[in-house]
Amino acid sequence: MRKLLLAFIIILTTFVYLGRLAYLQLIDNSSQNPLDDTAIKAVYDYPERGHIYDRNGKLLVDNQPSYDVMVIPREVKPLDTLEFCTLLDITKEDFDKRFRKANNYSPRLPSVFVQQLSKKEYAVLQEKMRKYEGFYIQKRSLRHYITHVGANVLGYISEVNERDLKNNTYYQSGELIGRQGVEKQYEAVLRGRKGVKFIQKDRFNRVIGSYKGGIYDTLPVPGKDIQLTIDIDLQTYGEKLMQNKRGGIVAIEPSTGQILTLVTAPSYDPALLVGRERSRNYTKLYYDSIAKPLYDRGLIALYPPGSPFKAINALIGLQEGVIDENSTVVCNGGYHYGRGAFMRCHCTYGSINDMNRGIYRSCNTYFASTYRKIIEKYPSAAEGLNAWNEHVKSFGLGDFLGYDLPIGKAGRVPSAATYNSIYGENRWFATNTISNAIGQGEILTTPIQLANLTAIIANRGSYYTPHIIKKIENDTIAHDFIIEKHTTIDPENFEPVVQGMHDVYEKGTARFLKIPGIEIAGKTGTAENFTRIEGKRVQLTDHSIFVAFAPVDNPKIAIAVFVENGYWGSRWAGRIAGLMIDKYINGTVQRTDLEDYILQGSLLEEYEKPLGGESFFINDGKTYNEWPKPKEEEVSQNKAINTPTADE
Amino acid sequence: MNNFIKSIDWFSILLYTCLVFIGWINIYSTTYTSDHQGLMNLDTFHGKQLMFIIVSFLTIVITLAIEAKFYERFSSVIYLVTIVSLAGLFLFGKNINGATSWYAIGGMTLQPSEFAKVATALALANFVSDIQTDLNSFKDLLKAFAIICLPALLIIPQPDPGSALVYLAFFFVLYREGLSANYLLIGVLGAIIFISTLLFGTLWVSLITIAILTIWYLIYKKRKRKISIFRLVIITIVTIAVSYSVSFVYDHVFEQRHRDRFSLWLRLEHDPSELDHIRKTIGYNTYQSESAIGSGGFSGKGFLEGTRTKGNFVPEQHTDYIFSTVGEEWGFLGSTLVVLLFAALVLRVIFLAERQKSSFSRIYGYSVASILFFHFAINIGMVIGLLPTIGIPLPFFSYGGSGLLGFTMLLFIFLKLDANRINEW
Repeated sequence: MRKLLLAFIIILTTFVYLGRLAYLQLIDNSSQNPLDDTAIKAVYDYPERGHIYDRNGKLLVDNQPSYDVMVIPREVKPLDTLEFCTLLDITKEDFDKRFRKANNYSPRLPSVFVQQLSKKEYAVLQEKMRKYEGFYIQKRSLRHYITHVGANVLGYISEVNERDLKNNTYYQSGELIGRQGVEKQYEAVLRGRKGVKFIQKDRFNRVIGSYKGGIYDTLPVPGKDIQLTIDIDLQTYGEKLMQNKRGGIVAIEPSTGQILTLVTAPSYDPALLVGRERSRNYTKLYYDSIAKPLYDRGLIALYPPGSPFKAINALIGLQEGVIDENSTVVCNGGYHYGRGAFMRCHCTYGSINDMNRGIYRSCNTYFASTYRKIIEKYPSAAEGLNAWNEHVKSFGLGDFLGYDLPIGKAGRVPSAATYNSIYGENRWFATNTISNAIGQGEILTTPIQLANLTAIIANRGSYYTPHIIKKIENDTIAHDFIIEKHTTIDPENFEPVVQGMHDVYEKGTARFLKIPGIEIAGKTGTAENFTRIEGKRVQLTDHSIFVAFAPVDNPKIAIAVFVENGYWGSRWAGRIAGLMIDKYINGTVQRTDLEDYILQGSLLEEYEKPLGGESFFINDGKTYNEWPKPKEEEVSQNKAINTPTADE
Repeated sequence: MNNFIKSIDWFSILLYTCLVFIGWINIYSTTYTSDHQGLMNLDTFHGKQLMFIIVSFLTIVITLAIEAKFYERFSSVIYLVTIVSLAGLFLFGKNINGATSWYAIGGMTLQPSEFAKVATALALANFVSDIQTDLNSFKDLLKAFAIICLPALLIIPQPDPGSALVYLAFFFVLYREGLSANYLLIGVLGAIIFISTLLFGTLWVSLITIAILTIWYLIYKKRKRKISIFRLVIITIVTIAVSYSVSFVYDHVFEQRHRDRFSLWLRLEHDPSELDHIRKTIGYNTYQSESAIGSGGFSGKGFLEGTRTKGNFVPEQHTDYIFSTVGEEWGFLGSTLVVLLFAALVLRVIFLAERQKSSFSRIYGYSVASILFFHFAINIGMVIGLLPTIGIPLPFFSYGGSGLLGFTMLLFIFLKLDANRINEW
């Protein structure tokens, strides 16, 4: 035993070591990647990024060449720093700082030293580059914008950051990646795939040929061009109309789900986010916390939809069989739904409203009654509300919708669970949830959801998932975008609702917005909204909302417009919707009176109000926000939060 | 003379020559530049090493020419001279890379610690082989420990803890010669407790200890054998106390750089960004050498084709990390060959030691095997990332004149003793 111990340990050690060697050299091949090998240099060949076209084939975005100075810190030999700095137009301190940063990232991987040289700088530098070992010029292509609108749709590209590098091994420091909009959504398509050539170097860093005869080399795969569903003329017009206002326009082609226009205001020129000025401009946009130009209001602004939502309750009422189009409701200027609980309505005392009048007059009483009938059809309020919730959700509300842009909000459609958590299980009734009747209260939607809802009504019950991609070069678009989806409402139930919305233009609140030669169906809406000033809840002027589609019988466009603090639906949003429809269908604008009103109108003064630190009127002087703010109770007298006002 | 040629162990000499030659080939590769300096250019590592190899061959001739009895008779003198020269470093030593381990003589440097192993092996063999020495007597054991520890204690403050650690190898020799197995058992158990405390924490170590001892107790009881509960309790308490003190020392006495070494070795760190940091700092050598070896694949990149070797990514590649060049340029085949050559040499020396009639020769031979094994195991274990970073050279392989001469003398004194065994009575 004593004689054998050492021999035994030696043999054991030998086997363990051979096992470890086998693991390192035969099994774990992470070290055999030529990319990790410093004697082999990877030279990248970046394909041109795909171009972006609008739905009519107009070029929106293409590329321009750009040159970056790259550095591999390990390979840098002592150089004439002064001359080099002069050539690059940087200071000596700047040089040291950049060099340290590159070295911290990696001494042996290339980092960007100076990005996006001008053509002139490039021309001078190129001649002298061979003097500076360890530095080289990498050609890249930068975006070039032909259009100056649609920044929110197009997005932008910028250099990858450390998080991108960690999340996606495709990218290396200095490469570009799409941010926001279609640049982000279709990054892989637009980008293509960079090619790589592995070059073997000898110990003096001289190139001695391709590594292993080029077996690891790959050719670049060019980026694909894409065509968007956006109509750039309509988009341009929409952004023009939205000048000096805040809000969004979303227009959809009902028969396909294609997004024709996606306007957010204020916006910015996409060319601002290209080139060496990119980061400075971006910072400026990013820190504008008041106008929020980077905030895509069409996709992520959440509001109670207000009156346009009444159409859904009419449809659910018909589908559930609790009303028919001839059912009438007497409106005495409001709806009593409990002791002291009264929902005001602007109908004159004793109006008798059927569904048609209910819709075009936007009678709160009619819809409160209808909503109550829907909920109370079921044995309990909870069951009733969940049945109602099912119907509403089939319109794509309370859901991200699945469109192909990288941001969105789900919104909210209340269910029984929502009220159980507020009031307790079985401790609430239809009347507690009555604001759902008129699209207020717990319901929250985004403009694109409203536009989609309008498209559904235009299609009489079906829809295609809204999308921004029309065509990808040599490829197909997502299958989901060409599948027709259906709501829970039967098509025949839509006709009376469509008629009601048409009569909004014929007899109702949008009479003065009629466009000659186009039959439009629409619905106005108003959304109360609040802000916080020094931690206190303060009401601001209502948002102006309008949804419409046209022509009524063969809809080509469904549109949702909302204008922040525009007060009532037809004032701003209604006019804009009409102009957009005319522009899209006829290509010209007939109602120049409406156009003048919009182009000259500005809401900037309205937006200043809550920032001034002084008392101000809202809603054209109807409500007064005293400042400094009086006690909470006094305000609530002015604005009864639980009794929403009817609009118009 | 004819008799001598017959009786010397040519197999060992063959293994030695192979290792020295392969080692030089790899040193050549790490330092090769295209300026085509001559092989004997003394400005290059490979040129110097070639000179050292020639000096080693001369040393072999001298070592073998000296009367075998000389080594036994003069072992005390040699040991004494070595101790004095180690102590002299404190006064006259030259500091290279932060360690005062060298004498500068003319243009050359000499590292006495490389020769101290030979001297200690001779002195220990001489002491233990003495008919009066009894390793089970505490007094003699203490003397043996003193012989081993004195040079180690002089080497630690140089500082060169790696070289001092090698003196642990002598415990194999003492064990072979009758040292109680308890010492070995305590050492092994201590190591197990240390490592498992770092890996699993004191709580688990305590629980597992209690569990194992309980099971042990139950088995004994079932077999109706007597076992002292008191002793079991003592063992448990000692184990837990050791475990707690390990964790205390680790957290409060160790510095961060020590902790980093252990956490690297035992793969304690899992956070990717921390791992990345470790790879760039404390773990840089290990990471680079593992990658270099891994990149060699099955058959390697070929002589002078190691791209990482060329790029000088592995620090100290011509000395402590020379094995990574083997891995990169010669692949799994080459590194397996080297590992097998070492194993064969050490096993051969053990085999030769066991056939000695003289106990001095046997003990000395055993010391040679233990020292070579320790160097081989620690160095390659470090390079392939199985052991923490401990800077000691790979015998016959790593660049360095003192090292090569020291190991050559170590081995060939034994081969001389072995060749002379016929004359022993």
